[in-house]
Amino acid sequence: MFTRYTVALAALLLVGAAPVAQAADKPTDPQIAHIAYTAGVIDIEAAKQAIKKSKSKEVIDFAKDMERDHEAVNKQALDLVKKLKVKPEDNATSQALTKAATEERAKLAKLKGAAFDKAYIENEVAYHKQVNGALETLLIPSASNAELKSLLETGLKIFQGHEQHAEHVAGMLK
Amino acid sequence: MKAGALDHLAGLAMLALVPTLTAAPAAAAAIQVTIEKLVFSPASVDAKVGDTIEWVNKDVIAHTATVKGGWEVIIPPKKSASLNLKAAGTIDYFCRFHPNMKGRLVVAP
Repeated sequence: MFTRYTVALAALLLVGAAPVAQAADKPTDPQIAHIAYTAGVIDIEAAKQAIKKSKSKEVIDFAKDMERDHEAVNKQALDLVKKLKVKPEDNATSQALTKAATEERAKLAKLKGAAFDKAYIENEVAYHKQVNGALETLLIPSASNAELKSLLETGLKIFQGHEQHAEHVAGMLK
Repeated sequence: MKAGALDHLAGLAMLALVPTLTAAPAAAAAIQVTIEKLVFSPASVDAKVGDTIEWVNKDVIAHTATVKGGWEVIIPPKKSASLNLKAAGTIDYFCRFHPNMKGRLVVAP
């Protein structure tokens, strides 16, 4: 069952196929908390790489916005799990996300200048789209604790904002 | 002649005063717009030139009130920021960090 929802989430992340996720077993709150936190850490790491590598003011400003927002949201998530006495539980989905992100960072590490900027921003658009799809169709509906659900819902609005912000920056780079 | 000139001056002074008095706006108001969970509320505000808009950010992340090609106010997390309205018109603004957040100010002269 655990594998089933992981595969479903992976499928969702790839193609955004909502019906697949709905048919799958639900992740538990400790797993959801871990997935959401991991998704934030991944974007912070990506931002740090961009701040270090990019020469574009727009890209660096965007990356700083991502780093700041995701750190604030993850701090809130940590405060909440502490309050609820929930221990985030590592799981195959978190591991798959981390593995994919590590590969993406290695790919970006080889790029320079405008090629790096373009690849970073395009990945930001795609990544936020994927995470938002997962939040909307799997993580939020599966969350059983009301406060966790509410935090995920606010997170979704923030990340939808990031997706639009990334699309705007992508447009400026063209 | 001299008295006439004075009368005239007094008349001018009156004329100068009257429009000033009628044009003087009612006391400028301070209008609050709350930001919570990425929503400006109220989403649309009716104001007058001279009023001050104060955005109160209840979120843990920074937001902006930005007018495309115009002004920008940055509202840090859990803080407030204000703007005095200098011109009349309908102003659509958004958050530059989260462009899905939108608000409007309808400013009367």
